[in-house]
Amino acid sequence: MSPLTTLRDDLARWREKYEATPERDALFTTLSGEPIKPLYTEEDLPEPDQIGLPGEYPFTRGVYPSMYRGRLWTMRQFAGFGTAEETNERFRYLLDHGQTGLSTAFDMPSLMGHDSDSPRSLGEVGREGVAVDTVDDMETLFQGIDLGEVTVSMTINAPAAIMMAYYVVAAEKQGVPPERLGGTIQADILKEYIAQKEWCFPIDPAMRLLDDMIEWCTHNMPRWHPVSISGYHIREAGSTAAQELAFTLKNGLTYVERAIARGLDVDSFAPRLSFFFNAQIDFFEEIAKYRAARRIWARELRETYGAKNPKSWLMRFHTQTAGVSLTAQQPLNNIARTAIEALAGVLGGTQSLHTNSYDEALALPTEEAVRVALRTQQIIAHETGVTNTIDPLGGSYFVEALTDRMEELAYDYFRRIDEMGGMVEAVKQNFPQREIADAAWELQNEIDSGRRKIVGVNSYTEGGDDETPILRIDPALERKQVGRVQAVRARRDSAEVERTLTELKTAAENGSNLMPPLIDCARAHATEGEIVHALQQVWGSYSEVPVF
Amino acid sequence: MPATANRTIRIVVAKPGLDGHDRGAKIIARALRDAGMEVIYTGLHQTPEQIVETVLQEDADAVGLSILSGAHMTLVPRVVELLREQDAGDVLVTVGGTIPADDIPELKRLGVAEVFTPGTPTQAIVDFVRERCGDG
Repeated sequence: MSPLTTLRDDLARWREKYEATPERDALFTTLSGEPIKPLYTEEDLPEPDQIGLPGEYPFTRGVYPSMYRGRLWTMRQFAGFGTAEETNERFRYLLDHGQTGLSTAFDMPSLMGHDSDSPRSLGEVGREGVAVDTVDDMETLFQGIDLGEVTVSMTINAPAAIMMAYYVVAAEKQGVPPERLGGTIQADILKEYIAQKEWCFPIDPAMRLLDDMIEWCTHNMPRWHPVSISGYHIREAGSTAAQELAFTLKNGLTYVERAIARGLDVDSFAPRLSFFFNAQIDFFEEIAKYRAARRIWARELRETYGAKNPKSWLMRFHTQTAGVSLTAQQPLNNIARTAIEALAGVLGGTQSLHTNSYDEALALPTEEAVRVALRTQQIIAHETGVTNTIDPLGGSYFVEALTDRMEELAYDYFRRIDEMGGMVEAVKQNFPQREIADAAWELQNEIDSGRRKIVGVNSYTEGGDDETPILRIDPALERKQVGRVQAVRARRDSAEVERTLTELKTAAENGSNLMPPLIDCARAHATEGEIVHALQQVWGSYSEVPVF
Repeated sequence: MPATANRTIRIVVAKPGLDGHDRGAKIIARALRDAGMEVIYTGLHQTPEQIVETVLQEDADAVGLSILSGAHMTLVPRVVELLREQDAGDVLVTVGGTIPADDIPELKRLGVAEVFTPGTPTQAIVDFVRERCGDG
């Protein structure tokens, strides 16, 4: 009898016994609604070459040959509030506590291109991140931190090129040239229109601004990641895991196509593209998502876009645990959720990780809550033993089958998006926006009906709601920041500001690369709002037709 | 004006300020619509002035403000104040989002009818609006 026949006989015997026991009344689907079989066996495994080895094509098992045996992931906690002074203090605190990279959260006015003293900014300055209005704020933000040594991540998108210009000038004042700067700016503008919804310009000029920045960084900042292609916000907005995977990779492939269309060699920029994914609570689904993402990216870059440099094939990513999985009820339970999500990121082979704090469904985290979140990563890294071997789940019948399934679902979406004429067109037609809203609605119905249990929310609701200490942002910080930006306006050379803004508008009209004039605006201490306004005079602004 | 028994409840769902988190607002809008109400969703990034103008133009019975940015203590009082100035103080105002428990009494004192924090079932919101605006 062949081994396969034996397996089938064994399975038939198992199935008979299995079916003799009634199943619990439960969903048995992933968080994304994907049905899961009671048992996976070697019949579910893909061809061995689809699994491969770590550091080898198609990279299912990890992008590096040594993974965490060589170097742990970067523990990178996202931080920012108040003015640049307060955030600079928090950065130093995190570096003192063993964090190995910095990650900057900007406030809403900064994300939307409004100055702190704009009427639109009232009540929002420094609330959800740090307020940065001018290059002076950027200098304060990194005071006493050597930008040639630390890597910095900046989570900003629509005005990313402006912040990039501020950062380059701030580093220049520290004596650090652009070619020595290491880090990442998010700049993933497509996902803004899809999910995060912080925009400044219509889609087409916004894409051109990003293309300009990628091109400029490719020539001038070889250590910098000019875009972090982000699924995080897509997932937070309510997508399924497969939608997060598909829309994120398709956004990334769109940036690749456009850079190639500008005449850049794919191998000159593709190694600097990086990714950012969510880690939701459905443990195996998340791990499968990361593994599928690596395989799809490697295949597309090599086969479709002709990348020859193996570094171009690597899908390297940052992970953040799911903010949306945190509950305001019984907040200490969130420590357990975050630990499980973080472990999924690690077993999925992440390059860096942010763990959320347990109090974040209530407000920005307190210092104590941030420390517990960072300690969670350190416990995974140093106590659990999961870093002793590379990709410990590789070859698992279930994980490999789920990885295949994720890949299949992603390619289904790729086909539908291609039929619409590509991602930019699909976004203009609200396609990903509608898919995400529908998925969010389905999940909410499962939760509201009690079919999907959320501990502390629709089940096990007794107790644990004692007052959790929360961080209060002092309203005086808004006045302080308004004072800072107005002081810069008073002391700078306003003729120089006018001159650089005029040159910026000329470049916006004539199509030349916008990074050099943006850097000139930064040096002249032009504010973010002034720069955005100048560009809007040429390009107009954006508002969406919402779908729900 | 409050809805009478034979008039469909009209409700504006609004996103004040610069906050881009619209998952909750869209789910609430859909739930209210499915419950038979006339829902006007403003879309994102609305000023208090724009929201109040929409409420007046649409002759709405209620307005639900969704805020996850921490700016609620600035934006909500302004909406309530503008409604009063426009003789629309009888419009039901509710707030949803990440609102710390300590801020809720002050919001209610200002005239907010209810604050719905994360984890509130959509049916609870539908029931509340229906009870306070007539049963449509």
